[in-house]
Order: sequence, then C-alpha cells, then structure tokens
Amino acid sequence: MRHALALHLALMRSVLRRMFASKLGGLLNILVIGIALSLPTGMYVLLKNAQGLVEQLSGSPQISLFLTLNAQEQDIAELHKRLEANESIAGIEFVARDRALEQLKQSTGLADVIGSLEKNPLPDAFIISPRQTEPQALDALREELAQLPRVEQAQLDSAWAHKLEALLRFGRLAVLILASLLSVALIAVTFNTIRLQILTQRDEIEVSRLIGATNGFIRRPFLYFGALQGLLGGITAWAIVAASLMLLNRPLDELSQLYASQFSIQPLNPGDSLSLLLFSLYLGWLGAWLSVTRHLSQIEPR
Amino acid sequence: MISFNQVNKRYPGGYEALKNVSFDIAEGEMVFLTGHSGAGKSTLLKLIAAIERPNSGSVLVNNQNIGALKGAALPYLRRNLGIIFQDHKLLFDRSVFDNVLLPLQICSFDHRESAKRVRAALDKVGLLKREKANPIALSGGEQQRLCIARAIVNRPAILLADEPTGNLDAAYAQEIMDIFRSFHQVGVTLAISTHDESVLQDSGVRRLSLKQGELQ
Repeated sequence: MRHALALHLALMRSVLRRMFASKLGGLLNILVIGIALSLPTGMYVLLKNAQGLVEQLSGSPQISLFLTLNAQEQDIAELHKRLEANESIAGIEFVARDRALEQLKQSTGLADVIGSLEKNPLPDAFIISPRQTEPQALDALREELAQLPRVEQAQLDSAWAHKLEALLRFGRLAVLILASLLSVALIAVTFNTIRLQILTQRDEIEVSRLIGATNGFIRRPFLYFGALQGLLGGITAWAIVAASLMLLNRPLDELSQLYASQFSIQPLNPGDSLSLLLFSLYLGWLGAWLSVTRHLSQIEPR
Repeated sequence: MISFNQVNKRYPGGYEALKNVSFDIAEGEMVFLTGHSGAGKSTLLKLIAAIERPNSGSVLVNNQNIGALKGAALPYLRRNLGIIFQDHKLLFDRSVFDNVLLPLQICSFDHRESAKRVRAALDKVGLLKREKANPIALSGGEQQRLCIARAIVNRPAILLADEPTGNLDAAYAQEIMDIFRSFHQVGVTLAISTHDESVLQDSGVRRLSLKQGELQ
C-alpha cells in the first residue's frame, strides 16, 4: 500500500516536472483552459443570483389596484366591500394617495421635486394579496378586478418577474451551449497537448514497450497529465470568477445603495466550486484519454 | 528454452527474411548467430522477443508459443528477456542511472531496492562512476555497456544481443564478450548475433549460421 502510494507520488512529481519543463508553455495552457471555463462559470453565477432575486420577488405576488383620480370616499368604501366579498382575495391593504406621496418622498430622496408639485399626481390604491398564486389564476383575478368601477388599472406585480424568469430560461440555455462548446475546446486543447507530448516521448514509449511496459504503464503519465492540467485550469477559472465578482461587487454595492436596497452577487458556493473542479479534471482526463488511445497505437516498436 | 520449428518470416513486399528455420537453444546455453548483414539475424532475434511474428511455424520461448501470444501478455514475456539493441535505444533525456532504472520502474519495483540493483548492474559493466552522466557523453563502447546494464538489471533468464560489438574496436569487443561470458557462467541463456570474426574465433560456443534466411 505504501509502496503503491510512493509510486503514485513519484509519477505525480515526474508529470509536474514535465508540465512545467517549459514554464511559459505549461502556464499558458492552464490559463487558456482557465479563461475558457471562467466564461460559462461566471455567467452561471450571475444567472444563479438573478434566479434568487426572481424567486424572492415572485414568491408572494400582489395585484395593485389603482383607482381613478376622481374616486370619492364612498366609492372607495363600496369597492372595499366588494373586494372583501371576493373569495379569491386573501388580504387587502388600502394605500391612500396622500400616504403614497409621503412614502415616495421618504424613500427616494426626491422630496424637493415632489414638494414642487402643485397637486398629488398619485391615485388611491388597493394592494391585493390573492389566495392562489398560479399565473393563470392571477391573470384571471387581475382581469376581474380591472372590470370593477372606479378602477383605472389593475397591475400584477409579479408579471415582470415572470418575464424575467423566461429571460433567465433563455440565459440558462445560452450558458449551457457556451459551456458545451468550451468543454469541447478544453478537450481539444488537452488532446493536442498530449499529442505533442507523445511525439516528443516517442523514443521513451518505444523503448518502454520493448522492455516490457504494459499499455497501462505507458498511458498513465499522460492521463495524469491531462487530468492535472484540467484541474489546474479549473482552479484558475474559479480564481478568475472569484476575483471578478470581488471587483464587480464594490461598484454594485454603491449602485444598490442609490436604489436604497442591499444587493451583492454571491460567489460560487462550495458545492458548485467542487463541481467545477471535478468537471474540469474529468474533461482534461477525457482529452488525454482520447489522445492517448488515438496516438499510442501508432507507435509500435520496430 | 528457445525453440524454432520450421519458421518462415516474410515481410510485406515479399522479402523473405527467414526460410524454414528450425533449431533449439537449451537453458543456460550461449549461442552465436552469424551471417552477413541481411542474412536474417536481427529478424530471428525479433521473433524471439515477439517484436515480429512468424508467418508460419512456431517460436517457443519458455514453452510459450510466441506466435499465439495475445498483445496483453507481451509485456510479461519481455520482462523475462534482456534485449541489447543494435542501435542501443538509449534515452538521452535522462541520466545513465535513470536509463538503467527504466525496466525496474516498468515492473513497479521498490524504490530503494531499485537503486541497489541499478548500481549493481552499472558496476558489472564498469559504468558505476558515470551514473550521473548523460548517455550522450559516453563513448560508443560505454553506450554499448550501458545498454547491457539496462538489459540485465531485472535479471532476465534470456539475454538477446543484436550485433553488440558492431562498431567497436577489438579491445572493446573483447571486453563486451567477457561480460557476456560471465553471464553465461551464472546460467543465463544467451543468443548473440555477430559478424565479427575476431570474437568468434576463441570460443567453443555453438554457432547458428544464417545465409539468405536459411540455416546452414
């Protein structure tokens, strides 16, 4: 067991030595793989964050019912009754136009502008919490409420969230396509690296065959090389994404403060990080395996 | 130990390298293969090491039929053979020591035991002091001896040598033959191909003479 481990470590050392025999060449390969992987990974992180945001927003959909500006108090009371009688409504909140204006002043810092208005441009509004949250039920309820007298407009707050959700589906597909293409590129890069390695070590392979090396013995260093190169590329990609997010989060923080909210991009979680590393390792191994399988059979001792 | 029975070897293109060759080499025997270049000496050795396969007839090594051996079994056959190549096939990207180490690495030999064996093999051929050198810095005779050290390091039962004294002057050639004789004395089976009359004269070693692919 210890003997096997020692052989393993010795092989690993010789693979590393070979990889960085030309320092620049080895580093460049890893960098290429790292950049290729960082693109879909970065997009994935952004999408995942957007996804979280959408879920947060569309979790409890509300319908805003804006009344006409000439609605009188008795109109409002009558409407309130009708809404309470509606079976599919769970909660009702009335927002008077004066209160709405006050909130707007406080939350946006536009007090000066608002103060200069001659009259309140905001309508009275009801904020309705529906009992059912399925998109069809919500739409039906919105249609129904829009027909009520003195109702100017009924707006489904989660509508934009659904649109964003559809957009995200499109984004996820784009990431998937990009990731597939770049995975193929990674396999191709490894394939070619290993091909060159096999060519430069042709003599060693031939001699090894002649003095009794099994195919496994000959393949192993190349497979290790591919897997290790893939893994180092994966680590590079992870670092690129992490560094980019750190850079992006600072201006984003300022931006979100301007909008009076707290939002920052969450980095890759441990599970996703591990997946990235294992995936890159596997792709490197696969590229090496394909290359070794293709090229070793061409080297037969004479 | 080695047994050829009506072996024919024809290369693609129709060139007949060996025609109906039959012979036996007993365990612990030392045999010279002689003949002009192109007589089939190298082909015969390649058949023993399964680098080439016969077109007809059978080649038995250690009672194993080489012609019927599966690809996966080849490495294990070759580990029982020490082969000294005509063109040496040394690796110039590593030291003398590491060249001799290679066969032991292939057998996954223990690290410390390997180092001992490598030094013993280098000592045997008189290259112990050059273990850190690159083989390219060695003379022709030294390269030949390095090749021998690599062939014997995993203590094979059979040693095959293809023109081991090919480009060496008489004194060097004699040195190499002395090394072979010492292996013979400890019971190794040797098949040595040569067209060098000077090394053939002195010994009472059996000769297999090939002429245009036929055994004389």
